[in-house]
Amino acid sequence: MKAKLVDLVPPLLFGLAVLAVWELGVRALGVPAIILPAPSAILLRFGSSTPTLAADFLQTIRGVLGGYAVGSGAGLVVAILIDRSPFLRRGLLPLGNFVSALPIVGVAPIMVMWFGFDWQSKAAVVVVMTFFPMLVNATAGLAASGAMERDLMKTYAADYSQTLRMLRLPAAAPFVFNALKINTTLAMIGAIVAEFFGTPTVGMGFRISTEVGHLSIDMVWATIVVAALTGSAFYALVALIEQRATFWHASYRSREN
Amino acid sequence: MKNVLPVTTVLIALLALWYAAAALMNAPLQTDAFANAGKTSYSTGELVVASWGMERPKLPAPHQIVAELYKLTIATPPTSKRGLIYHSIITLEETLIGFLFGAGFGVGLAVLIQSSPVLNRSMTPWIVASQTVPIIALAPMIVVILNQFNVTGLAPKAVIAAYLSFFPITVGMVKGFRSAEPLQLDLMRTYSATRSQTFAKLRAPASAPFFFASMQIGAAAALVGAVVAEVTKSEDGGLGARLLAGSYYGQTVQIWAALFAAAALSAALVGLIALAGRLVLRRMAFVR
Amino acid sequence: MTQTPHAETTIEALHHVIEIADLSLRFNTRDGPVQALSNIDLKIERGEFVSFIGPSGCGKTTLLRAIADLETPTGGTLSVNGMSPHEARVNRAYGYVFQAPALYPWRTVAANIALPLEIMGYPKFEREQRVAEGLELVNLSGFGKKYPWQLSGGMQQRASIARALSFDPELLLMDEPFGALDEIVRDMLNQQLLRLWDKTRKTVLFVTHSIPEAVFLSTRIVVMSPRPGRIQDIIETGFPRERPLDIRETAEFLEIANRVRHGLRAGHSYDE
Repeated sequence: MKAKLVDLVPPLLFGLAVLAVWELGVRALGVPAIILPAPSAILLRFGSSTPTLAADFLQTIRGVLGGYAVGSGAGLVVAILIDRSPFLRRGLLPLGNFVSALPIVGVAPIMVMWFGFDWQSKAAVVVVMTFFPMLVNATAGLAASGAMERDLMKTYAADYSQTLRMLRLPAAAPFVFNALKINTTLAMIGAIVAEFFGTPTVGMGFRISTEVGHLSIDMVWATIVVAALTGSAFYALVALIEQRATFWHASYRSREN
Repeated sequence: MKNVLPVTTVLIALLALWYAAAALMNAPLQTDAFANAGKTSYSTGELVVASWGMERPKLPAPHQIVAELYKLTIATPPTSKRGLIYHSIITLEETLIGFLFGAGFGVGLAVLIQSSPVLNRSMTPWIVASQTVPIIALAPMIVVILNQFNVTGLAPKAVIAAYLSFFPITVGMVKGFRSAEPLQLDLMRTYSATRSQTFAKLRAPASAPFFFASMQIGAAAALVGAVVAEVTKSEDGGLGARLLAGSYYGQTVQIWAALFAAAALSAALVGLIALAGRLVLRRMAFVR
Repeated sequence: MTQTPHAETTIEALHHVIEIADLSLRFNTRDGPVQALSNIDLKIERGEFVSFIGPSGCGKTTLLRAIADLETPTGGTLSVNGMSPHEARVNRAYGYVFQAPALYPWRTVAANIALPLEIMGYPKFEREQRVAEGLELVNLSGFGKKYPWQLSGGMQQRASIARALSFDPELLLMDEPFGALDEIVRDMLNQQLLRLWDKTRKTVLFVTHSIPEAVFLSTRIVVMSPRPGRIQDIIETGFPRERPLDIRETAEFLEIANRVRHGLRAGHSYDE
């Protein structure tokens, strides 16, 4: 469904209304800044602390992107590797589903111990978090090609790699992108929470946990805004690429004959 | 049932890999330890076995973790602050209370969105957008702010658990309410059913599979919220506090034990909900 | 059409493209064994148009799939072009058309028709040439750049026929290809298929549910019956190669159609 410009009006109005109530409410009720700063105060902080916020962003994003690429890539590769063996698949998938339900962020202190305080340990946490959603989704995607389409390949006497390249991987693309979108959020969460456990003196998670200690809540909010914008932009970018790559999928077609 | 053999095989293989990795990763430290103790000749076998019994290993061997778990659960009184049972109960309380509130609020919000087209159009994009935001970044702030209001102890952690669990539940339930097939909705229209009748008789039952699926996600999210909140304010205990303590004092095996305890808790919660789901859905003929 | 390098078939004087002797196929299902095919004897000559008609469960699709090496017989012999079905498949002896177009939605129509050519290693120039010829053969010239979901059901099925013929196999296996289309489109496609058959002189094996379609298209009709799947009757039609649609009103046609109906009824059991 293509979004029309007019569809943006209700949510925009809703958002502006929330901001307005927030600003007026804080001023009218005299809410202290250490509880809830007004949106205007946060904006001011943005302006005055831009270098710090930028440095934090750059630090955290290294962990996010590095871990996202390695974790998603590994998940896809392993899915293709176990594709050849139904036995391995039946063994690994239930485990993959099981691990996805666990609080994987808990491995953060272990990763810090192995990889040090810098962004690599955060990337390692993100790798563990993004690996399993990709594995589960890519495996489902590889199974998604229809029986008829696979029989067709048999009638051409196509070999395994031809069938994989020309049928099963394109058919798996919607599933792979589903995992890539989920993983953007997981990567952000993983990197930020990992920084709660220990980091050099820079990074979004670090900034939040220390500024909370100083009760500089406007700085905390400013960092949260950066995190929110980063997360949304990351997701939107992946969604855009998805639209280009899977234009042919039923969910995108506006008109079907 | 047919998965039992493959899963067991994979688990055994993983266990073997773990032991091998532990030997490899701990070997340098162990050789140093041997050198410090003045031991100059030892076989590889001795090195390997010793690397599986270090006090501060880089990667603890599985039996070390099991031993630690045993020590901290069965061998320690439940009320002792050194034991895992004490901390697990704290985390469990926070998780359950948070999850209950989060689930209630999540389902309620979903019903609200479903009942009003205006609310639907205004809020859905925000709910979708909020999925892309790392909400967990708010956890430390919420803990501190609530402390300012003298809300301390268990409550702030429960609030964060609730906060983390309600979004996936709302999203899942909205999807569930919308999952009623157009044909069935048309049928309701031919009966001149009111909006609430259609909701009660069609949309609500149709959402059952989504209910249990989103409850599982919500429970896991609540647990993560509780653990992360405890990391922020670790004085009140809990498994997150143990994780933090372990990492501060370099107690590797303690970290792993706390992690396993949290994982076990999560698996148990999600598993119970999944089981309940399967029973209910079978009665409702969603699953044959 | 340009010739493709086939693997060696035996002497050109081989009349029987397909030889089936005492063929049986048993499936082991959860509810017990099912005899999908039992004692099938059939010889098909080059250039014939043979229809297989029968109720569900009579084995017509299973027989087609066995010829295509998509199912394995449990008894008897089956040879295609003098080879085993497996060898025939590896040598790309036939084109298969399914009940649904089964076009890949991420490829344009032209790229879909080129799919077997890519797999079989044809050079780019030859691929483009064959695709153009194929599009013309099924009256889809100009639609090459479109995507399958932009075409109607009938056009998609025509594209899948072009795809099946793009590498010029001697044999065309079709499994209820027009079943999902409406009557008018079906009539049109029947005529187009006949013209195509006449022009290319392929051997066509055609599975269908429709008596008029079977009688109209075929040189021979194989009537099958279920439980176990077996041949009930084989009818020669003897119509000229060029036949208009209104041949369906003639007495001859109705007589043959009646014979088919008779055979179907005889094999059908109403015990269920």
